[in-house]
Amino acid sequence: MKRVYAKEELCLNCRLCEVYCKTAHSASKDVLKANKYETPAPVSRVTVYGDKLRSAAVNCRHCENPKCVQACITGAMTKDPATGIVAVDEHKCIGCMTCLAVCPYGCITTGRFAIKCDLCRGETEPACVKNCPNRALVYTDLGGAQE
Amino acid sequence: MAVNYIPRRFNIVRDKERCIECGCCVRQCSNECHYFEAGGTTVLADSTNCVACHRCVDLCPTSALRIEKHVCDYRENANWTPQYQQEICRQAASGGTLLSGMGNPKPYPIYWDKILLNASQVTNPSIDPLREPMEIRTILGRKPEKLTVERKGKAITKMPPQVVVETPILFSAMSFGSISLNAQKSLAMAAQNLGTLFNTGEGGLHPDLEPYTDRAIVQVASGRFGVHKDYLNSARIVEIKIGQGAKPGIGGHLPGEKVNVEVSNARMIPEGSDAISPAPHHDIYSIEDLRQLIWSIKQATGNQKPVSVKIAAVHNVAAIVSGCARAGADIIAIDGFRGGTGAAPTRIRDNVGIPIELALAAADSRLREEGIRSQISLIAAGSFRCSADIVKAIALGADACYCASAPLIAMGCHMCQTCNTGKCNWGIATQRPELTKRLNPDIMHERVENLITAWNHEIKEIMGGMGINSVDSLRGNRLMLRGIGLSDRELAILGIKHAGE
Repeated sequence: MKRVYAKEELCLNCRLCEVYCKTAHSASKDVLKANKYETPAPVSRVTVYGDKLRSAAVNCRHCENPKCVQACITGAMTKDPATGIVAVDEHKCIGCMTCLAVCPYGCITTGRFAIKCDLCRGETEPACVKNCPNRALVYTDLGGAQE
Repeated sequence: MAVNYIPRRFNIVRDKERCIECGCCVRQCSNECHYFEAGGTTVLADSTNCVACHRCVDLCPTSALRIEKHVCDYRENANWTPQYQQEICRQAASGGTLLSGMGNPKPYPIYWDKILLNASQVTNPSIDPLREPMEIRTILGRKPEKLTVERKGKAITKMPPQVVVETPILFSAMSFGSISLNAQKSLAMAAQNLGTLFNTGEGGLHPDLEPYTDRAIVQVASGRFGVHKDYLNSARIVEIKIGQGAKPGIGGHLPGEKVNVEVSNARMIPEGSDAISPAPHHDIYSIEDLRQLIWSIKQATGNQKPVSVKIAAVHNVAAIVSGCARAGADIIAIDGFRGGTGAAPTRIRDNVGIPIELALAAADSRLREEGIRSQISLIAAGSFRCSADIVKAIALGADACYCASAPLIAMGCHMCQTCNTGKCNWGIATQRPELTKRLNPDIMHERVENLITAWNHEIKEIMGGMGINSVDSLRGNRLMLRGIGLSDRELAILGIKHAGE
């Protein structure tokens, strides 16, 4: 499946992926409103780790055998067999955060329910990739299965 | 110190209603103008070091930033302008030579803007480049004085080495050291895809550029950095750099802090040592000496590479060009005083040399008078801002044009003129790893290619309008040019008529 890959050697540490991730997962879909005026404030699904010299944007790997799906006690976390996308059903999630504890990549964020990357479901290219100013994020199918 | 007041140049204006405090500007500014209030989440700015490079403005996701000129009025004085007063303050504090980057910014006449192009009407048809073939392919190199053909039509004259470029636009010399490897790589990739040439400058050849050496012009400059047999033989053209338009008569000085492992390997000098190019070549004190160096290079390359000589446009340029041609140069590049640089003494950059328009016209006329113009190729350099400038240069007599500032602008440069500080926020004129990685060659080679492709289209369009279908018919065709608002003397030097004539 297509996944988002981060190129550390090109990452600017500008963190615009976070800004645009919040925008894509907001009610208004407007970069200014989403990041300043909207309540509840949208949460970024991608996080840039590192400093100005070396940084990379980390988000969900959409594993082949996701530990978060196995650990989910309500069946809210599922992997879509067709697209491979691992996503949370917000209506089923009770916010127990077991998924957060088992995720080997630290890609789940706490909130009223578990918050994680859904590859901007339905979009041809996720918002983080589309808005990266230096093409440090690429959305591609490298073939290899992950875990 | 109180007497050393130099007002800042710019103000960073932040629209607080739009700022989302994401801190992108904080992390992007290498001049450290933006900062988070201690421990807080509020972004503030100190404009003191702002150079108006627009990195923060460009990347701000909500367009919350704007740079404006900081106005601190001085008592009006047409002679002692604020700029001179500030420069005196700076030198009174430092005791040093003032340094600047990029080309001459002073309001000297720009002759391109005083030359108008012709177009066909009624008596001769214009050509539509979208429907009919239009030739802009250019062949560089020494041409034989005459061609001897045997009876069956086969040429028996031995042709000196020729280099074919698909556009008369070449990328001028910018060394690895003065610009980042990523910037050089972008130009090299673009040159390869466009079928034109890039120039390594005097900084040697980085191993990463080896796949592109087929499209490379390599320089032999006064410092002889990185010059060896394989370097000369890997390139398409070898260029002897005598002078540079931005700083004629001046050598180069790449400070030791920019000489990292990579630069030191490419230049073959110790890491951290200052790379000093002497002002003259210490083995060239005459045309005869130049002839010897050209001969040596031709020997080293088995007569397979055209040898170019690059000189700065100075007062006696026509005679110098003639001398270079007679010394055996196959190609002569003339660099006008608006040409860019990574660092030059401000006074030199702003006051030494002459405009390329006049130098080119004078050199072309002189070579024609001497009957040797057709033997050599002339390359004009020194600030071509658009395709019309290129067309005018070709009509004044250039075979091809060297462009560097325009491709740099395509790669992000905003002409902040502080290349010499090594803090280029766009990853161009810097060797800092956190800044050079901002320039992704995969993106930038596309942008440079787009620019040159667009210019190629425009050149064809302009030529078509003149009823010319080949760049060879445009070369030196000064009847296609008319001056506007120029004196008789200027028109005579340019060899063109006034508009209306």
